[in-house]
Amino acid sequence: MSSSTTQTSTIGAIGAPSRRNTELALLVFAVVIPVFAYVNVGLAINDEIPTGLIGYGIGLGLLAGVGHIVVRRFAPYADPLLLPLATLLNGLGLVLIWRLDQSERLQQLSMKAYGTFSPSAPSQLMYSAIAIAFFVAVVIFLKDHRILQRYTYISMVGAIILLLLPLVPGLGADVFGAKIWINVGGFSIQPGEFAKIVIAIFFAGYLMVKRDALALASRRFMGLYLPRGRDLGPILMIWAVSLLVLIFENDLGTSLLFFGMFVIMLYVATERTSWIVIGLGMAAAGAVGVASFASHVQARVNAWLDPFSCYADSGACEQIGQSVMSFGSGGVLGTGLGQGDSDLIGFAANSDFIFSTVGEELGLAGVMAFFLLYALIIERGARTALAARDPFGKLFAIGLTGAFALQVFVVAGGVMGLIPLTGMTMPFLAYGGSSVLANWALVAILIRISDTARRPAPAPAPSPDAEMTQVVRP
Amino acid sequence: MSELTLTVMRLGFLAVLWLFVIVAVQVIRSDLFGTRVTQRGARRTAEARPQQQRQQAAPPQQRAQGGSGRQRRGAPTKLVVSEGSLTGTTVALQGQTISLGRAHDSTIVLDDDYASSRHARIYPDHDGKWIVEDLGSTNGTYLDRTRLTTPTPIPLGAPIRIGKTVIELRK
Repeated sequence: MSSSTTQTSTIGAIGAPSRRNTELALLVFAVVIPVFAYVNVGLAINDEIPTGLIGYGIGLGLLAGVGHIVVRRFAPYADPLLLPLATLLNGLGLVLIWRLDQSERLQQLSMKAYGTFSPSAPSQLMYSAIAIAFFVAVVIFLKDHRILQRYTYISMVGAIILLLLPLVPGLGADVFGAKIWINVGGFSIQPGEFAKIVIAIFFAGYLMVKRDALALASRRFMGLYLPRGRDLGPILMIWAVSLLVLIFENDLGTSLLFFGMFVIMLYVATERTSWIVIGLGMAAAGAVGVASFASHVQARVNAWLDPFSCYADSGACEQIGQSVMSFGSGGVLGTGLGQGDSDLIGFAANSDFIFSTVGEELGLAGVMAFFLLYALIIERGARTALAARDPFGKLFAIGLTGAFALQVFVVAGGVMGLIPLTGMTMPFLAYGGSSVLANWALVAILIRISDTARRPAPAPAPSPDAEMTQVVRP
Repeated sequence: MSELTLTVMRLGFLAVLWLFVIVAVQVIRSDLFGTRVTQRGARRTAEARPQQQRQQAAPPQQRAQGGSGRQRRGAPTKLVVSEGSLTGTTVALQGQTISLGRAHDSTIVLDDDYASSRHARIYPDHDGKWIVEDLGSTNGTYLDRTRLTTPTPIPLGAPIRIGKTVIELRK
């Protein structure tokens, strides 16, 4: 008996808890926090509890409640954290957008530019409602994520069409230098946001079939496994498509997102570090190549390198400069909600630059809390991928999670001056219908995969001769 | 609104935000589903040890004569692993079937080179006696010194050997 240091452990009955009550409790918490923030903003700006409080509180509560009931009914074993985290981020985004609506500077700016000012928060609440409806539809109608595997190549075509739609004359709209919107019946839609989900289906389906060829057929060279020339085909094609997007749509973010997502999924599917090295090299080569002749990208890079050298004469530099200053003036604990001057960023303060408001008004402590909220979503996504039993589900979940993580990194890095700004939206926080809709759909798919993954395995079929055998005691 | 109120709200909001993050992390921590393992201190192990040796010393057959009936006085309440890599693990006996083997869905997952993936099971029969049954394992299940060929009632404290692992029932 060597183990006098061994601790005694008790193994209890095995049961997979569905954790729906935990989710409900967290959801209540996730609705209360934005309501608190809303009161805080109202008191700070107008010295009174805002009149819309009941509307927003009930609105957000209803949306969360509907989401919860649907998950409880249709995906009972789903991950308990995804829905509350998404709800909290969406609710806080609503508050931040409402807070920027109250800014007189932004109101005057809008009056000067368009002659009217319309608050963004009500429409964002409406988009959130549509997004939750979309979420509900995905959770109810996508009974099994493996169905999507059948549409591998259709998804590829669909994603490329979605990506190229903004280039179609008459449909695409060139807004503020980037051609990533299309106009359909008075609504502007960003098809790239949806394309990121659709292309994840293609990548997952494709890599599931091809991963052995990509992983095993390789030569070893200087410690790296170099793939065969013909296996480089797909990565070259994705690279070319993302460069085309970059050149013709002036959208650094989307192209980075697609290429990065493909490299992540390739790495996960093959476990070969060489793909990451090759991917990073290709991304760097492509970015440098395009930056050397596309003026739009050049302006972004200049604004990133030194925003204050061109502060007076370039709008891009001024925005970055203002954003960096908001993070700086926020300090550790921030100025308090409603008491910052992040509205000086002006245009896109409530979409691309919404994170600067977090930085100024909640400070480093708030920024870190937001990053942790995103990190928890990403962790739950990665955990879902680990727990998923089928290779397609694994790759699909990690692809969606990777895209989400990349998007957070690219946007937050951009507004903080870590990397050149790319003009994407902070998931759930930023103003914009397409973004909210696409990210709720993404969470719905993750919830569906996690429900399948965490569902307890069905009891093994009773052996057919169990009934007939009799134990004869001696 | 006074400066003080706003400062309190600002700090309060940050505190609430972080509280949410911490609660969420706690949920992750407690979310490891599957077998629920409760750690007890080493103190109890030390207490259990002499008692276990006493039981091994006593002839097991006599101990099983405690009478019959569903909740007899001498009925075992827990199953204890007394030797092998899982030493110290206990499973409460609540009328459930306990499966032993290397298969990951076994109640006690044996990490033992001599164990089969579904090695044996321990279950109560209709009058509450605990039975051990070998499930066609390669290296056999031994009750005390005899290799099991049929489902056999387990006397209290008798060692069941599977490879290097020894399991016994205790009160």
